[in-house]
Amino acid sequence: MAKEYETVIGLEVHVELATKTKIFCGCSTEFGGRPNSHTCPVCTGMPGTLPVLNKKVLEHAVAVGLATHCEITRYCKFDRKNYFYPDNPQNYQVSQLYLPICQNGYVEIEMTGRDNEDALSQGQREETFTRKIGIHEIHMEEDAGKLFHDHGKDYSLVDYNRSGVPLIEIVSEPHMHSAEEVIAYLEKLRLIIQYLGASDCKLQEGSMRADVNLSVRKVGTKELGTRTEMKNLGSFRAISRAIASERERQIELLEAGKMVTQETRRWDEAKETSYVMRTKEDARDYRYFPDPDLVPIVVSEEFLEEIRSRQPEFCAEKRKRYQREYDIPQYDIDIITNSKHMADIFEATVALGGEPKKVSNWLMGETLRLLKENGLAPEDIRFSPEHLAKLIAMTEKRVINTTVAKEVFEKMFLEDIDPEVYVAERGLSMVSDEGALRRVIEEVIASNQQSVQDYHNGKDRAMGFLVGQTMKAMKGKADPAAVNHLLKELL
Amino acid sequence: MELLSLSAVELGKAIKEGRTTAVEAMEAVLSQIEKSEEVLHCYITINKKKALNKAAEVQRRIDAKELTGPLAGVPMAVKDNLCTEGMLTTCASAILANYVPTYSAEAVSRLEKAGAVIVGKTNMDEFAMGSTTETSAYGVTRNPHHREHVPGGSSGGSAAAVAAGECFFALGSDTGGSIRQPASHCGVVGMKPTYGTVSRYGLVAYGSSLDQVGPLCKTVEDCAVILQTIAVPDTKDATQIAREDTDFTSALKKDVRGMRIGIPGDYIGLSPRKHGDLSSKEHGEENCQEYSHGERGIGIDSQVRESVLRAAKILMEQGAVVEEFDLDLVEYAIPVYYTIAAAEASSNLERFDGIKYGFRAGAKGLHEMYKKTRSQGFGQEVKKRIMLGSYVLSSGYYDAYYLKALRVKAMIKKAFEQAFAKYDCILGPVAPTTAPKLGESLTDPMKMYLGDIYTISVNLAGLPAISVPCGSDSRGLPIGLQLIGDCFQEKKLLQAAYTYEKCRS
Repeated sequence: MAKEYETVIGLEVHVELATKTKIFCGCSTEFGGRPNSHTCPVCTGMPGTLPVLNKKVLEHAVAVGLATHCEITRYCKFDRKNYFYPDNPQNYQVSQLYLPICQNGYVEIEMTGRDNEDALSQGQREETFTRKIGIHEIHMEEDAGKLFHDHGKDYSLVDYNRSGVPLIEIVSEPHMHSAEEVIAYLEKLRLIIQYLGASDCKLQEGSMRADVNLSVRKVGTKELGTRTEMKNLGSFRAISRAIASERERQIELLEAGKMVTQETRRWDEAKETSYVMRTKEDARDYRYFPDPDLVPIVVSEEFLEEIRSRQPEFCAEKRKRYQREYDIPQYDIDIITNSKHMADIFEATVALGGEPKKVSNWLMGETLRLLKENGLAPEDIRFSPEHLAKLIAMTEKRVINTTVAKEVFEKMFLEDIDPEVYVAERGLSMVSDEGALRRVIEEVIASNQQSVQDYHNGKDRAMGFLVGQTMKAMKGKADPAAVNHLLKELL
Repeated sequence: MELLSLSAVELGKAIKEGRTTAVEAMEAVLSQIEKSEEVLHCYITINKKKALNKAAEVQRRIDAKELTGPLAGVPMAVKDNLCTEGMLTTCASAILANYVPTYSAEAVSRLEKAGAVIVGKTNMDEFAMGSTTETSAYGVTRNPHHREHVPGGSSGGSAAAVAAGECFFALGSDTGGSIRQPASHCGVVGMKPTYGTVSRYGLVAYGSSLDQVGPLCKTVEDCAVILQTIAVPDTKDATQIAREDTDFTSALKKDVRGMRIGIPGDYIGLSPRKHGDLSSKEHGEENCQEYSHGERGIGIDSQVRESVLRAAKILMEQGAVVEEFDLDLVEYAIPVYYTIAAAEASSNLERFDGIKYGFRAGAKGLHEMYKKTRSQGFGQEVKKRIMLGSYVLSSGYYDAYYLKALRVKAMIKKAFEQAFAKYDCILGPVAPTTAPKLGESLTDPMKMYLGDIYTISVNLAGLPAISVPCGSDSRGLPIGLQLIGDCFQEKKLLQAAYTYEKCRS
């Protein structure tokens, strides 16, 4: 029964832009901080204050628009969206309705498998195929403050630190049909925006938020069904579950001969269900009109050219170049380029002399392990390429052995220490000096006569034990090759 | 020396030359306030102690040669919709009864930096909505020339304070005539600069696309000096234009030879199709009566008309070429204005909700608090305009009202552009009548709205205009002459006004 229905999904994605200051005033956008410490008369809506557009916001919005094949609106305006709520100090949000900065774009997503029709139309028999997801528009707007409701208190508190933080809203066309496509689309947007440095796009921290517009229709019908809008989706997991749940809910309604009502719903992740926030009947009239305090923006050819010239090498191009330039596995390339930040570290370390394969190994091995252990994302990597390059050079020149290197790397990962300084201060350099080694090995042989006996009796394991004892006595700093060599000689 | 008879510039000069001090000037103003304020009620807030202390501090800086400008030590009044750091700013509304700003408006800061000293905050129509200062939540202001009459509005307190010697000059704001009309009614000079000339930062917004800050003062010279002080580029106002031609005092020349001045027949009630030299025309009482009740020059008082035409004649005698012409679309200015200004106001005034500052009514929940606060906090006129503005912006009405009004606004601007292709400035009355009696306008709001007919289109077109005293009616109520210029042509206005002022006396 459910198979007769097709899901149609469009997304509204809010992305917090990575500017130092707010969209209309000079206050810091830094996350956290004492409540209302990042505020001024402008972003707290004091009488008489006026907004002045932060040019960086426009630059980021245009850059995202260009990267998603949008037309840039050359004469664009800000509009006021009027509604009363205490998180919004002016009781209107400055946004764009009539002339948004970017329009009519698309992104391409790669899907694998099942959608045979599409696969065939792409001339591919199976596996991966590309889909274009249309972008209706991208507009710039300001974020609101945050309310705190204390249970049992007869008041609420408001923090305006987020008030005026710049956002772009990316409105897609209803071109998606499954949770997989939605997530692929979001991943693609995230990658593009991160590559542009326009935002860190963290769903968990709210710097990227997606509202899902979903309707269902019988397969083969052309008209769209009545859609609902789902809010409060804080993770890819929540998005997947909400899509499945909402699809099911709508199909059940239709099968029972009922209608889907156009409404806004809120996803409850803990209960894995959604409930109605607002129906169409109590939809607000926002009384949009052009904000008279902000002058229209005229996007010049020079400005566009400047943004175009600053566009970075995007993921797909980067992957191709890595294949040409570096002798590392495709798997490594995919993982590294999946994060602009990691790719930057990779390239910078290679530029400092690190051998690509070795650099890649550190990233693919220890780095991923430590990220996972600490619950971090690749964007959270804090060690500098200089330090990684030094560490690689130190192992190559056999200043430290691999055991010590891993220990130093962990310290570097956590605190970005300089490996040279760290190794020097703690005396972790490898000992390959024959005199020192010889003395230690003689002692090991003297106090482990049984093992020496075993060795001479042809037991290979005894050799390993003796090497281990030597390394232990050297606090791990001995050059393993030299130890082996000397042991054999002395035995 | 009778200090109060001096203009702001004359006083500044006397202080600079050591003939008097900033403190003496402030004392003179405060003693005048002592005498007349109880009846006139020009001010909402006066802080005598603070004013005297500030005057003393300014005098020390004048003595130390730190302050050398023409306004150093001069007492000024500030309309109560301009923010003043640490000083009550109510907009004459109950909803801001306790609001003390944390910053000063840019125009106020500029004047304070130049050494002008704030006497207090002047009365006005609530949120600048009104033409008589009667919509104030803090009582009416009386016209210093006739106490049964209003001072005009909305900057009525500022105009009356200048006229009564309760300050040497004042700041006002003009959205549809709010500087020029009270200046006219109180017999002082008032100017609304080109939109974007003075920063609006710190001016509590009424109709953002129309609001401009400007001076109310005793002479055209004062006007030029004050304007020069406040017309400074400010990055905090995106709608401000960084002008380089702000040496307005350079225009204080008694010379209008060759200046082309047009009088719109629609303003003054002249024959619509007769163009040419005014001196060849008869302007008899009968003719005037006929037009004052006709379609053109609606409701213009004959004495106002005569005074304005006399002023035109003086300029003509000084060598200006004066002629009559048709300025189209005058009748559309009022509906367009009330649509646009109300729309913007309905949004601008949303921030007064009882949450962050100002009055908050006791209530159970959030929405009840909003409703009660705004119902009790705003006066009738303000609520009327908020409702009107909300209506014209509502979905389904936006195109029919708001968008259409914007289109007509553009047409009005074009009509002015055509006029300025021919004329250096446009001459006419400021208001159709002299100041009405107290209470008269509130009972006939349409009459009050129509009273703005000559001033409103100037704001819609973003133009500069000046109001200069040009006589009085039989009751001793002042009449104002309005000169309107093309965008950025304040200097032409100042030059014509200065010439007129010098030749009249």
